[in-house]
Parts: sequence; structure tokens; C-alpha cells
Amino acid sequence: MELDPILLSRIQFAFVVSFHAIFPVFTIGLASYIAVLEGLFYKTGNKDWERLSKFWLQVFAVVFGMGVVSGIVMSFQFGTNWSNFSYATANFLGPVLSYEVLTAFFLEAAFLGVLLFGRDKVPQGVHFFSAMMVAIGTFISSFWILSANSWMHTPAGVEIREGLFYVTSWSEAIFNPSFWVRFFHMGLASFLTGGFVVAGVSAWYLLCKRDVEIHKKALSMTLWLLLFIAPAQVVMGDIHGLNTLEHQPMKVAAMEGNWETSRGVPLLLFAIPDKENQTNHFEVGIPKLASLILKHDWDGEVPGLNEVPVEEQPVVGIVFWAFRIMVAVGMLMVVFAVAGLFMRKGGRYATSPWFLNGLRLMAVTPFIAVLAGWLVTETGRAPWLVYEVMTHAEGVTPSLTGGMALFTLIGYILVYSLVFAAGIYYLMRVLRVGAEPEADKKDHLQRPKRPLSGADAAWEEGVENHE
Amino acid sequence: MNEAGFDLVYIWAGIIAFGIMMYVLMDGFDLGLGILFPFAPGDEARDVMMNSVAPVWDGNETWLVLGGAGLLAAFPLVYSVFLPALYIGVFLMLAGLIFRGIAFEFRFKAKTSRYLWNWAFAIGSTVAAFAQGAVVGTYIQGFATENMIYSGGAFDWLTPFTVLTGLGLVAGYALLGATWLIMKSEGYIQDWAYKITPWLLLAVLVVFALISVWTPFIDPFVAERWFSQVSVIWLLPVLALVCIWRIWSSVRQRRNGTPFVATMGMFLFTYLGLLASKFPYVVPPTYTLWDASSAHESQLFLLIGLIFVIPFVLAYTAWTYWVFRGKVKAGEGYH
Repeated sequence: MELDPILLSRIQFAFVVSFHAIFPVFTIGLASYIAVLEGLFYKTGNKDWERLSKFWLQVFAVVFGMGVVSGIVMSFQFGTNWSNFSYATANFLGPVLSYEVLTAFFLEAAFLGVLLFGRDKVPQGVHFFSAMMVAIGTFISSFWILSANSWMHTPAGVEIREGLFYVTSWSEAIFNPSFWVRFFHMGLASFLTGGFVVAGVSAWYLLCKRDVEIHKKALSMTLWLLLFIAPAQVVMGDIHGLNTLEHQPMKVAAMEGNWETSRGVPLLLFAIPDKENQTNHFEVGIPKLASLILKHDWDGEVPGLNEVPVEEQPVVGIVFWAFRIMVAVGMLMVVFAVAGLFMRKGGRYATSPWFLNGLRLMAVTPFIAVLAGWLVTETGRAPWLVYEVMTHAEGVTPSLTGGMALFTLIGYILVYSLVFAAGIYYLMRVLRVGAEPEADKKDHLQRPKRPLSGADAAWEEGVENHE
Repeated sequence: MNEAGFDLVYIWAGIIAFGIMMYVLMDGFDLGLGILFPFAPGDEARDVMMNSVAPVWDGNETWLVLGGAGLLAAFPLVYSVFLPALYIGVFLMLAGLIFRGIAFEFRFKAKTSRYLWNWAFAIGSTVAAFAQGAVVGTYIQGFATENMIYSGGAFDWLTPFTVLTGLGLVAGYALLGATWLIMKSEGYIQDWAYKITPWLLLAVLVVFALISVWTPFIDPFVAERWFSQVSVIWLLPVLALVCIWRIWSSVRQRRNGTPFVATMGMFLFTYLGLLASKFPYVVPPTYTLWDASSAHESQLFLLIGLIFVIPFVLAYTAWTYWVFRGKVKAGEGYH
């Protein structure tokens, strides 16, 4: 079998970017939450807020660390596997990615050091300020990276001369036609991820009856947040879909599993797309609903995949099913967010076993939705790297052989598997220790006090409280 | 192509050179501590070593990301030739940096598996340092290119010469780590750092000499520059040797901060010597800074923001170093 460097590079990029994306999407939301907690503590002096903040900071430290080490891979991935693409798009992507480093990465890194290790070294106000800087840094970072990504989907503000892109308008290129919808869609996704993880972990503590007071506070706050942003994300998703229909109709055709441009198109709940025969098998759908959603008219015309030749169609099966998974998870989130409002009566949100167990299980769903969403938008762009301008084949590194690409793909899979396994293992340990001292700390007490790292902070706290 | 009347290429060459220098100096001592990790006198010493950089290492590593993104923005040809040419080396460097980075977070959480994170930190740092040194060697060697595209093989970068430059940077970083530790530690840990510094210095000196003798044979362009064009260039290695002497004498006098400062000086002059030897070639032997440049308007757009933002970055970075100033005491971390 001939190893295809293009396919392997695509798989590698999908793998390293997916592995990376799950960390920032969580830390963007969590950084804001920690800033809120630090702010409440600063204002009220209530120790509960500090305890919550300290606990969530430990989680943040582990997840952010994994985000940093997987992020550094991303900054070189364009050059190693997609050097022609890098060279052609450098005039736009170079400055944008550099601005991300200058305005976000340095800010996050410097102030996170103070946030994690400086609680007793700087005044409380400065510590709170550091928390805000980290949170702001995460947003600035998502601004630039989503500008770069949306430009690949809806390129604007550039002209091509001799195969290279030249920027004619920075504002048009940075704020390209799909930038804002992506930015808000992703921002809400980050808050949903942070929110459902905090809710799930708080629910778990309430089920175990540990530190009920503080985790009840956390859960209550988070449920208010989710009540507003879960439905908002549904609206935002719809706006995003309409934007995609306008700029990338073939992606929407794949999302809907629609092969032929026609009117009164059904919304398919189930189908097995078959690209070879340009048709679906086992369709189950709701008549005319896709037309209504996309065109706000029962008989609106929806574009079909047959408008472009087969080689310009994305992998329909992946786009179709990833989209359905994302939407299903989104609906489930709305159900839980609204249920939280009804459970407030009599404080049942903090006691009902079925609700708390449900929340506990919901903690993983935002990650599934985020990965599915990125899969829809990125594979839906295929075969284009820069939409309708540059294909994968034109952008790949010419000197790259299938063997080299396979070597690094296997390498990254091995390295990341180790990192991920260790990360989950130590996160579980942080959760087990929790915000309160465990009763049995013998093995720890016998050792001298050791420097702070995430998991230890809770112990040291606990030990001090015990002593 | 530049019609604007003034040339941004010099400015950008300066900025990129400055960014890479910042990375080498700052992440150099983090990585150096990792290289020295297996030889440290016990786990308590390792705790101190790690705690001395735990709050700042992430910011230090960020200069590498800036170097990569900055090259893409200002000299995209360098980015799109170096990375394919060093494909395997870059992967090794990144894998090393990954293990080094997570070791910071996981080592203190581990109980029984702590020794594994010691090794992850040590091997990760060493591999990353070696790979970076090999990049320097490859830059001296030059690249096979056709038509602005790398045309060589997967292992062209791996030669006896690049292995030597790789080992050289490992020794150099270890020296930075040791002198940093002199500044940040006390008692038996500082004694150990004083003790190993001269040996590391000797290793650096040997490699320094070997590379200096070998380089003109590798690259006729450099030979030409050293022996017939510019005699002023000899000032740089002389200054580097003065720094090397100062490291040695200040360790004998048991100075606190001077060894580290002198080591930074040694790196600076060696680095400037390298740049002066190859100027104006950034993708040797074929392409100059001007060949590799991005569009003038792109260089200008980034420069405007950079002029505003960099002072802030340097200011708050310096502030974090100030917050965590002083000795790291054994048995206590940052609480």
C-alpha cells in the first residue's frame, strides 16, 4: 500500500488539533469562573470563595499545562506538514499568529505564574488582577486563532499574485465574513464547557456529601449561567449555519445530507450517506423542515452536493453525523439547563439524586460537542485548505514522504496518549482530594512540607487546618 | 519588494534575532536544570531546582512560539524551508518539550511514580536542547533547495557536525542552568552548583573550540568571511572568551549572580558571532534575508503592534521575575 502524505498529514493535523482544542475550550470558560471567584473573595472577604478558587485553580493548572504543551506543537505543525500553504498564506497568517503570541500567550503565561504561585507574594488586589489578566488572555487568544481559522473558510481582504496571498485590507481579512459567528459560537462553547464541568464536579461532591456548602454555591451560580447560555448557543448555532449556507453551501449540503438542489427539503434524523452513488440509504426525516430552518420557508430551495463535481465534495458521512452529534448534545444541554431552573424550587437542584447524577454524566458532553463541531467545519471545508482557492494537495509539504508523516503521526499518538492518561489520572486525584482535607493524611504528614503544585495545595491547606 | 522607501528587513532581522536570543537565554536555564536533573544531589535539590523556574518557565517557552510565528510573519521562507528540512528533529524537540512541560505539573502530584517524572523532565529537556543545537548546526551547514522549496531528504540535517552542535548546546544550557541555580539556591545545593560549573565550562570550551575549527571547513562562505573580509568579527569570540574567563573566576570567588550574567554574555557573543558569520544568508547557501522576506505591508502591520506591545510584555515579565526573586529554600515552595 502506498502511504499518502496528504491523507496522513490531514489525519495528523486533525489529531493534534483535536487533542489541543479540548484544553483551551475548557480553560477559557474556567479562567473566567476563577476570575469571578477571586473577585468575589476580594470584595466580600468570604473564605468560601477562596477555597473554591483554590480548588478550581488546581484543575486549571493541570488542564492549562496540557493545553500549553499541545499548543506548542500547533505553532510548528503548519510549517512541518503544510509548508506550501504556510509560505503562500504567510503575509496574512504570520502577523495574525504573531499577534496571538504577543497579545495573549505572554499575558497568560506570566500572570498564571503569579496566580498559581504568588498568592502570598503579592497583595490580594494584584492576585485578583492576575486572575483577570489570565481570563482576558484566553479570550484574546481565541480572537486571533479564530480569525486565522475563519479566514481559511471565508477568505477576504487579500489578492493572489504569483501564487502568494497579499493583504489588501487588514480589517476585511481579520474580520472576514464568518469571523464573528465563529468567535461567539466558540466563546459560548467555552462557557458551556467550563459550566458543565464545574456543574458536574460540584454535583459529584454533593452526591458524596462533601463540602456541601461551597459546592452548592458553585452549582447554583453555574446553573444560572447555563440557563442563559445553553439556549443562546442554539440561536448562535442557527446564525452560524445560515452564515455557512451563504459562504460555503456545499458544507451545509453535506450537513443536511442533501444530494440534489431542491425545494421543501426534509430534515434528516437518520441516514447513511453514500458518496459513491450520490444518495442516502435508510433515510428518516421530518418533511420540509430543513427548508424551513435554512430558508425560513416550507418550500425554500436548499443547495445540493451535485452542484460540484464529486472530487470537490467533502466526506459527507463525517460531516453529516458529526453535525447530528453536536446538535443532539446541544439539545441535551438545554434540557438540563432548563431543568435546573425548575429544580430550584425547594433547593432540589442540590439534593435530587437523578438530577445530580445526570449533571455528573453531562460533564464530558461539551467536549464531544466541541470536537464534533470542529469536525463538521473542518472536514466540511475539504478538499479546500483555503476555501475555493487552495486545496490540501497544493498546500502540503513537497519534501514530505508518507513514511515521515506516518512516523510523526504514530509518535504524536504515543506521546499524547501518555500525556492524556497521566493528566486524567492526576485530575482524578485532585478531585478525590477535593477542597477539604481528607481524614487520612498519614503518609503525607510524615513528609516535610513540599512546594506547591496543584494537588499538593489542597493537602497543605488541609494539613494546616488540621494542625 | 519594497517601494516604501525604507527597509524593514533590517528591523525585522533584529527583532527575530532578539526573540530567538531571549528564548535561548530564558528557556536555556530551564532546560539546563532538566539536563542536570539526574545528577542532582537528591530529591530535595530537585524540588528546589524545579521550584526556581516553576512560575516562569511557561513565559520563557513562549519566546519559542514567538520565534516560530515571527519567522512566518517576517521571513516565511525560513519557516517553510527549515521545518520540512528538520521534520524529524522538530518532532523530537516538540516531544521533548511536551514531556518537560507536563513534568512540572505532574511531578509534585506523583507519589510512587515521581522518579518517572524526574526522567520525563530530564530526558525531555535534554532531547529538546539537543534538537535545538542540531538546528543551529543545520543552519551553518545549509539546505538543499529548489525554487524556494526544500528538496533534500529526511535525514540531511543529521550529520557528525550537527551532532556536535547539538551536544554543544546541551552543554551550554547545562551551564546556564548551573549558574542560574547558584543564584537561586543556598547551602549544599549551591555548593553542588559551584562544583559542577567549572566542569561544564570545560565541556563548553572544548565544543566551542571544535566547532570553531570545523565550521570554516563546512562552509567556504564563513571561511571567506573570517579570514579575508572582516577582521572586526574576531572581536566577538574574544569577548565570548572574556566571559568564559569571568565565569571561571567568579565561581572561584563564590560570587552569587555574576556566573549567570557572565554565562549569558558568553551566549550573546557566540550568538552574535554566528549571525555575523552568516549574514545576510538566512537560508544558506542560497537565500538572503531579502529573498526570504514577506510583503512589506505585512511586516509593517505587525511591526506597529509589536512596538506597542513588546514594552508591556518585557515589563510584566520582568515584574514576575521580581515577584519570585531571591533564594528558593529547601523544603518550602511558593505558597
